[in-house]
Amino acid sequence: MKDHQTNYKDYEKAQEPKRPLLKNCIKAFLIGGLICVIGQVISTIYMYFFDFTEQTVGNPTVATLIFITMLLTGFGVYDRIAQFAGAGTAVPVTGFGNAVISAAIEHRTEGFVQGVGGNMFKLAGSVILFGVFSAFIIALIKTIFSYWSGA
Amino acid sequence: MVFLWSFIVGGLICVVGQLLLDVGKLTPGHTLSTLVVAGAILDGLGLYEPLIDFAGAGATVPITSFGNSLVHGALEEAEKHGLIGVVTGMFEVTSSGISAAIIFGMIGAIFFKAKG
Repeated sequence: MKDHQTNYKDYEKAQEPKRPLLKNCIKAFLIGGLICVIGQVISTIYMYFFDFTEQTVGNPTVATLIFITMLLTGFGVYDRIAQFAGAGTAVPVTGFGNAVISAAIEHRTEGFVQGVGGNMFKLAGSVILFGVFSAFIIALIKTIFSYWSGA
Repeated sequence: MVFLWSFIVGGLICVVGQLLLDVGKLTPGHTLSTLVVAGAILDGLGLYEPLIDFAGAGATVPITSFGNSLVHGALEEAEKHGLIGVVTGMFEVTSSGISAAIIFGMIGAIFFKAKG
């Protein structure tokens, strides 16, 4: 029995299509870089026309990008770009926005409370969980360390 | 010049994500979680802030900056209010990403219909 399973695993591995690694990386680099440049353009506009500094401009930039993501996701364009770009669209904050927004739209038919509310963070929840928890640990260590070395 | 660097740095962070997907064989959820934790650790070591100064949106747009700003908010608040600030200050800096996602997610669910 066990033998069959390992045999099948070997067979499965051999049959798995090779991922075109270099091509994927170049696509991710180009699209991911492009999204960051768009973000930089938005940042520059906010810094120039409104009262934002280089440190504070990240917040409105991210919000604007997620707004654009909503439009692209709603019209079904984002998925098409994502299929091409792989991590290039997943890693920028637009990927986080897309995960939340597409889940919200998809589960709309189940109602706003059970559907939209319950499923909105189905995909993005782990990002928030591990982000917050690791930040908690790191900040805790740093704070205790600074007390310890300061006092 | 900052446009070029934001393109290169942002693109490279995405390549790291692609490598985690393809070589590390991680799911997208695992990849993004790994990157967020990496961003938090980099800020803990004091390395992320110089990257933002250098690459602008190339460092603030990728999801790694989420981890960075969580740590940042927590540390800023901890300086003012002591240990409890680690909990209360967590979302101080990074509020916009999550609130924008929630607000536009709701608006999207109201106005758009699912396809397929």
